[in-house]
Amino acid sequence: MTNAPVIVGAGPAGVRAAEALVAHGVRPMLIDEAARAGGQIYRRQPPQFGRSSRTLYGFEAGRAAALHQSFDALRAHVDYRPDSLVWNVQGDQLDVLHGPSQRTQRVAFSQLIVATGATDRVLPVPGWTLPGVYTLGGAQVALKFQGCAIGQRVVFMGTGPLLYLVAYQYAKAGARVVAVLDTARFADQVAALPAMSTQPAVLLKGMYYVGWLRAHGVAIQGGVRPVRVSGDERVSGVAWHDGTRERTLDCDAVGFGYALRSETQLADLLGCRFAYAPAHRAHLPEHDAARRSSVPDVYLAGDGAGIMGADAAEWAGERAALALLADRGVAVDASRAQALEHKLARLTGFRSGLDRAFPFPEDWAGHAPDELVICRCENVTAGTLRQTVRESGADEMNRLKALCRVGMGRCQGRMCGVAAAEVLAHCTGQPVQNVGRLRGQAPIKPIPMQLIVASEGATP
Amino acid sequence: MTTMDAPLLRRLAETGRAEVPFVLDGVPRTALAGDTVLTAVLTHTGQLRRNEFSGAPRAGFCLMGACQDCWVQTSEGSRLRACSTFVQPGMSLLTGIDEARA
Repeated sequence: MTNAPVIVGAGPAGVRAAEALVAHGVRPMLIDEAARAGGQIYRRQPPQFGRSSRTLYGFEAGRAAALHQSFDALRAHVDYRPDSLVWNVQGDQLDVLHGPSQRTQRVAFSQLIVATGATDRVLPVPGWTLPGVYTLGGAQVALKFQGCAIGQRVVFMGTGPLLYLVAYQYAKAGARVVAVLDTARFADQVAALPAMSTQPAVLLKGMYYVGWLRAHGVAIQGGVRPVRVSGDERVSGVAWHDGTRERTLDCDAVGFGYALRSETQLADLLGCRFAYAPAHRAHLPEHDAARRSSVPDVYLAGDGAGIMGADAAEWAGERAALALLADRGVAVDASRAQALEHKLARLTGFRSGLDRAFPFPEDWAGHAPDELVICRCENVTAGTLRQTVRESGADEMNRLKALCRVGMGRCQGRMCGVAAAEVLAHCTGQPVQNVGRLRGQAPIKPIPMQLIVASEGATP
Repeated sequence: MTTMDAPLLRRLAETGRAEVPFVLDGVPRTALAGDTVLTAVLTHTGQLRRNEFSGAPRAGFCLMGACQDCWVQTSEGSRLRACSTFVQPGMSLLTGIDEARA
């Protein structure tokens, strides 16, 4: 093979994949959109910042430092391309935009590991487009990457492990956390304990955050239904329903989200076969236990192929690299490959426990008012979606997109896709898996128009 | 100062970094080295841009390059994704904040 293998994404999966390839004498290209390796969970602060790993990553400091050290040691042995966005795929060629120079380059790959990670899963609430409302992950980035809080008086809302982690990190860093509002009920968390006890350390950390928040006077309320974020041109409060009545709180910032969703656009452009994964309530690119996708020489690792968390991403990254190596005729340690598969399989039970503890609010679409903005790029409301369905009979996501532009904006449905599918399913009386998924399209993120022209002009 | 003009982000740490002069809506301002454009702007004011369809103010959302809701205009007429671009000395940025009062 003349071309090197390429890894897209330098988070936990991508770095461990690169490490395994280098250990077997293969020099991969490692392309990452960020300026520094680490992914979102182990995102490194800019070089001008001086906080310790302990301050930045808390209980995860050891894992974060280990990943960063592994990457630093690998740096000379990989063709590392930071600040670089893979925006298109054609055959075995990637189109890569280097942000600082604004130049796009075509990169050929022999084999490809897709480790594109995840973003917050968002279910909009009226007022969610106001300045001062951020995703939970975004609120965390503000603190970890920039040393800032998203406001003076912050409410965290939604559900998922990140809800309590970010609230804890904020309060610990000196921000005023007014409340944590969880759509999950305490009973959900109790019911999930047996499944989650397979990973006692993770379970204990979660309990520690909740206990710490309570001990420090942060109000925690479960079983809520978010009603609105209030404000004119800035957040001034939140309203939620507690099961009996509507309640309100004053605040100037809101962090919210409902666990995570996979970044699957690149796998889509590569032609990977997708299937509905009930545990993730999402259509995901298929892969086998060795992380091979349905497309030869394309491998899937990390949260981009289903949300399993950072530890799983490290194991999956290494496993994908071993499969890649075996496929190019390099001898690999079969027992190591098997051990990794075993560890990944064991996490499945824990993952279902997490879903039990922080269930997706399946009644969300039924409560979404017509005036609720679903697509924040193009300002498309739930009412417009419903009217489009009534008038056209659309019952599939790409048809709905073509008719009313939901998911057609700059973010390509990353923020609204989950919600739009829930509204469409509810409106047409179908289970959500039947409404399909928004197809990925190049460029998978916005790029300057003149670059597209230049790149196509260069096609042989 | 109206609510809209008030800084949105609050610095909690790392305030000893070198200062970086830039211009925000025509007014000289100071950021800190290592600030993203988003941080530089929102530690001074309450918005980055206006939505093309609703005209409503926006201040970013995901902070990780996914939502595309933090693109800021420069006075030279180009656009920057504020969450993933570091502030540079002399940058001149426009948030569209005056459009609401015009």
